[in-house]
Amino acid sequence: MPSFPRVLLGLFCLLVAVLLLAPTLVVIPMSFNGNKSLAFPPVGFSWQWYDNFFRNPDWTTSFSNSLVIALIVAVVATVVGTLAAFGVSRAAARTGGLLRALLITPMVVPGVVLAIGIYAVYLDTHLVGTVTGFVLAHTMLAIPFVLIAVQASLEVFDRRLETAAASLGAGRLTVFRTVTLPLILPGILSGALFAFITSFDEIIVALFITSPYLKTLPVQIYTSITRDADPTVAAVGTLLFLATSLIIIAGLLLGMRRART
Amino acid sequence: MTASAGAAIEIRKASKRYGAFTALNDIDLHIRPGEFMTLLGPSGSGKTTTLNLIAGFTDISSGTLEIGGRSVTGLPSHKRNIGVVFQHYALFPHMTVGKNVAYPLTLRGIKGDDREKRVKRALDMVKMADFAHRYPNELSGGQQQRVALARALVFDPPLLLMDEPLGALDKKLREWLQLEIKRIHRELGTTFVYVTHDQEEALVLSDRIAVFNGGRIEQIGTGRELYDHPATLFVGRFIGDSTVLRGKSEAAGDGTVMTIGGQRIFAQGRLPGEARPVILLRPERVGLKRPGADALTGENRLSGTVTEAIYLGSGSKYEVRLADGTIAVVRSPLGATDFAIGDTADIAFLPTDLTLLPDDASADVTLT
Repeated sequence: MPSFPRVLLGLFCLLVAVLLLAPTLVVIPMSFNGNKSLAFPPVGFSWQWYDNFFRNPDWTTSFSNSLVIALIVAVVATVVGTLAAFGVSRAAARTGGLLRALLITPMVVPGVVLAIGIYAVYLDTHLVGTVTGFVLAHTMLAIPFVLIAVQASLEVFDRRLETAAASLGAGRLTVFRTVTLPLILPGILSGALFAFITSFDEIIVALFITSPYLKTLPVQIYTSITRDADPTVAAVGTLLFLATSLIIIAGLLLGMRRART
Repeated sequence: MTASAGAAIEIRKASKRYGAFTALNDIDLHIRPGEFMTLLGPSGSGKTTTLNLIAGFTDISSGTLEIGGRSVTGLPSHKRNIGVVFQHYALFPHMTVGKNVAYPLTLRGIKGDDREKRVKRALDMVKMADFAHRYPNELSGGQQQRVALARALVFDPPLLLMDEPLGALDKKLREWLQLEIKRIHRELGTTFVYVTHDQEEALVLSDRIAVFNGGRIEQIGTGRELYDHPATLFVGRFIGDSTVLRGKSEAAGDGTVMTIGGQRIFAQGRLPGEARPVILLRPERVGLKRPGADALTGENRLSGTVTEAIYLGSGSKYEVRLADGTIAVVRSPLGATDFAIGDTADIAFLPTDLTLLPDDASADVTLT
């Protein structure tokens, strides 16, 4: 029989979990609404909004746009952010601190301010509504996340292992490939994941630099919900929720298997 | 692992400076092929800096360094073909023991059966062959260090450097591994350079010992030479137990007379120059006698009080407070007269059973 405080603690945790999850979970029944309304609770049952998502080119193109942009951003931001993390953590303490503060500003500056700045520059450089424009803007927003994740890994990485590898005959590139990289890989991968997500659900800058010819999924969701309150939005939300849950569960299982061996 | 000829090391007028700080001040060190040389000294004395210079982890500021007859100035550490064992083991945590040991072989393009065989032989040598599939974090400190030793030797380097490799281990394990390291050195014929601050460890392991102090080498010699004929007070005090006597001294013929707490001591020999002499006594060379009893001809006597008496089985160890406050250490053999704490007693020694050395105030402060 568990003690009273433990039961209380359990209940409290449950309450927090419900509070965190409820808004997300509400979306699921809404996506099966029989009517063309976002009302809760839904009326009837249908798959039509899922059908709409997969058939309507507005939705499919915006989804593939977001996917392509987020993938490119993940790669570019991870490479640049990892290199930056190396620079920051191996520079002299003061220089490193200054660089880090500078590189993290996109995270601190209000999104709208950044968006206005980017928009102004993009108008002159004709980058509005281009994949390049989106990739550049989102990469800038994603770099701080990669930097922080990789730097955390580098902090616990024992540099003396690099010295040991050199003494065994490894040149600098070989040391990096065979010792440093494998040991900080978890940090790099989580940085890449953060970068992908940062780009994939970015809305503020996207609203500024979007055009009728290039919309990302968040922009499409926003326009759809402000224009016709279509439950397709709920269907998209449910699909994204499922996809991210699967990724996280897979990650956890992988981590558990590695811990056991 | 085949018995390969060890490399000689020739260091001339080497200095290492970090900004205004001089870590190593103009040292000369010659290490013979196949020799077991220990660099001994307190922390910050320059012994690890010397090791890092040889390994190529840091550059020499001035002077020359040759390994196997070739200057290695500017040669990065990964091209020096030197095995290095670190105090912190430095095994790669993401590789099994077998992969760790295979690592330097892979880098040298050795593959397949040949590599397997050499890994197995190296692990056999350190008695870790059963652990090839384990990860480093599943091993104890002593086991990890044995794997590190195998990894540093698997590619047959002509030179092995060890930086306080047993420093993190407990005493029993340390003593056992010292003997293992000695055996491996005998079997391989590789030149070993070993850094430690533990003088007993240095005596157990080494062919010769270089004693470092304040960025300089005070003396290089066998353990026996350093113990019986220390060149400086620092060396005399760092190696083994000792008693240092200070007093007003004057020349007397070809000897020296020193007045300590009102008693006169005769020492054979004189120090050249103006240096103020001190007398260094080894505990085995000093007898403990009842006041005034059993005098030998020419024997020096200093009276005192026994403040500590320890029975060691093979004999006894005493500490005696002399008239001037100096604590003298005496080790008397089995069968000698027994003394108890509080007894008055004389320490007795011949003028030839002592070492006369120039005084050096730094020898006291660095001993902690």
